[in-house]
Parts: sequence; structure tokens; C-alpha cells
Amino acid sequence: MEFVDEYRNKDLILSFAEKLREVSKKEIILMEVCGGHTMAIHRFGLTSLLPSNIRLISGPGCPVCVSSQHFIDMAMAYSKIPETIITTYGDLIRVPGSSTSLEKERAAGSDIRIVYSALESLEIARVNPDKNIIFLGIGFETTAPATAATIIQAKKRKISNFFVLSAHKVMPPVMKALVEDGVRINGFIAPGHVTAITGTDIYNELASDYGLGVVVSGFEPADLMQAVLMLAVQMESGKPKVEIQYQRVVNNKGNIIARQLLNEVFVHRDDNWRGLGMIPESGLKIREDFSSFDAEKHFIVRIPESIEPKGCICGQILRGLKTPEDCHLFGKRCSPSDPAGACMVSGEGTCATYYKYRS
Amino acid sequence: MCLAIPAKVISVEGSSAIVTIEDVEYTASLLLLDDVKPGDFIMLHAGFAIGKVDPQEAAETLQFLLDMEKNLNN
Repeated sequence: MEFVDEYRNKDLILSFAEKLREVSKKEIILMEVCGGHTMAIHRFGLTSLLPSNIRLISGPGCPVCVSSQHFIDMAMAYSKIPETIITTYGDLIRVPGSSTSLEKERAAGSDIRIVYSALESLEIARVNPDKNIIFLGIGFETTAPATAATIIQAKKRKISNFFVLSAHKVMPPVMKALVEDGVRINGFIAPGHVTAITGTDIYNELASDYGLGVVVSGFEPADLMQAVLMLAVQMESGKPKVEIQYQRVVNNKGNIIARQLLNEVFVHRDDNWRGLGMIPESGLKIREDFSSFDAEKHFIVRIPESIEPKGCICGQILRGLKTPEDCHLFGKRCSPSDPAGACMVSGEGTCATYYKYRS
Repeated sequence: MCLAIPAKVISVEGSSAIVTIEDVEYTASLLLLDDVKPGDFIMLHAGFAIGKVDPQEAAETLQFLLDMEKNLNN
């Protein structure tokens, strides 16, 4: 495939490993904060190619994994409202809530449909005028503009039975919170497709105020190896900065249209992240102008206090403090076919990735 | 979740495009991206084109990578 295959060239990747051994001497820890990166790193076995002084750890880059138990429980409560269709991206339906999961609710008769695009939900709303359609909006800056564009379309097309339960989140506050929380890293492998929307300015503070290196990376093995090399060079020189490895897709400005739509529909709010708790200004709430599409304004449900799965250390894994192998549920009570926690549910969750590619 | 895949634009009609990934056709919404023409490569994410692939940057990155490999092997 064009723009993919050439970045999977084995000799190229091995030459990066050699170059890294040559230039990198300091002990460094780098965190990737995108589930797509976590997946690629393990799928292509990149950690085994790195010199022993470079360690990669995974952060909170999987939207399904970081969605709070409260959000999952709310989605479950919505699915029980008569004449309601829940639409969602695939992985979310398997996340165990406090007492059940959307998958189990679907088996019990709730109308829960997996969609590939938010626009599909709008089409479902159009052809089912007598039903209320609630789209579960999850994802970071890459995905949230699609939800915003869909809400604007719903308004233009006067579709009044389409609603969104927003758990959309933004990246910079959580990256900052992790560091302030004492997670010790030297730099971030920054998310390529988030940055394709946001541009690179959002990371400047991490470099200038926190002394962290930031390299925006693509998703192929050669991309990631180059990003690690760029960070290693920064660390050796003692000059952390923001750089783009993924120049074929990312530029400093980002996608201005997408950001305009995002800002038109959403406003920042404090939000709850699984394992990390409340992080100021890290979530996206639907603005008053579009409140007629806000599920939280329309459907008032009572949900009992959320219960986290017992023994699951997903929260510490999302903060890069532990790895899945540290969890006594991993591979025993908790596997992709019967997940105990959210990190094992999503294909790009750290636990699911470790499970799939473990040796 | 933030996965986006390069797709080639075949045709554009209004606010959507027909794109192909390895000869399979998909519809891409162009609500988040303007100035898209047949022959462009876009990044497709959840049914939306979220950005373009810059072929010149892609060629330069690749050339850089290949040069580096060559230098190491010489």
C-alpha cells in the first residue's frame, strides 16, 4: 500500500536500531500516548530492537480504555430507555460496566448498533424518526471533529431525534497531568493523527516548561524508529524540543477547518479519566447552542455509584507506572475474550496489545 | 481509535469523495477538509478525511531514511 509498505522495510528498521546504538548513551524513558503507536510498537517488536538504555512505556492513549466507569454505566442506563437506539464505535460495547456491558444489554434486547462513522448514526436517526438515537461520542482530537461535523449536519437537516453522549477528551491536559503527577519520563512520542488536527503548538509548554522532548510520529515501524532516534538525539544534546517526524501528514498548523467545527460545537470541561481521576479542562462538552443534541440534557437517568473491576490495575497501566505483566489478572481471569478491565477490551489497549504479541 | 489510513481519491461529489484503499472503495466525508481533488491521497478516519498526505514530504522522508540506511551500510 502506498505510504505504508515502504515504511515497513526491514533493512531500514534494522539500520535505525544500529544508529540508535551508536548515538544514544543516556538512560531515557519515552512514553507513547496513542493506542495506535502502542499497537505498532508491539506488533513489529520494536522494543526488542532498542538499546537497553531506552525504555518505552505506554500512556493513556486508548479512548475506550480511559472512558470512565461512570460514562459506561450511563451508556448502559440509556440503552434501557424504551424506543432508544444506542450507536457506538465497536470496542466500547464490550467494556464491562459496574454490573453489565452494552454487549450483554444487546443480547438482552436493547437496540445497540456499531457504527463506523458518526454520520451513520445520523442516517439511522433519519430512517427511524419514531426512535431516539444516542451516539456514544468517544475519542480524542482526531475523532471529536467528526462528531462536531455530524451535530452541525443534524442541526442543518433538522434531525431532532439524534443525540450525543460526549466523553470526548483532549490530549494536552492529560500529558501535563501525568508529568505533574510524578510519572518520570524524558519525552513523548506524540500522537500523529491527533496532531494532524491540533498542530504542534499544543506541545510547546511541555518542552519549554517541563523540559520534555516531543516528537510527533507516524504509525509505521520506520516512522516510530525515526521518532525514537530524534528523541534520543534531543536527549543527548540536552535540548528538548517539539519536532515532527510524520511530516507527510502533520504540519505546525494542523487542520483549521476541523478545529473550527470542534470549537463551534464543544467547549472544554473538567473530565474524569479511568485511573487518572478528574483532570481540569480535559473533556469536551456540547455547547449551549447545540444543547438540543446533548443526551445529558435530554435523558435524565439515575445510576448507582460506579464500581471499578476488582483487582484490575488498568489505571496504573494507563499512567505508565505498571505493565500488564504486573497484574495478577492478566492472561488468567482477564483476556480479550473475557476482559475484566477496559485496557484488555480495546484492540489498542495496552493489556490487549501485550496479550496479543506476548512471547 | 485514532487510526487513519491513506486512501486515494477517485472522485469528489459535494461534501463527499469516493476513495480507495488497496482497490476497495470507501466513501469519505469531506466536511473536515477542503480542496480535495481526484488523485490526492487523504487520511481516512472514521469515515472522514482528516488531512492530506503530502507526496513531496513523503518522498523526502523516505529519501532521508534510505540515505541513512545507505550511509550505515557503507
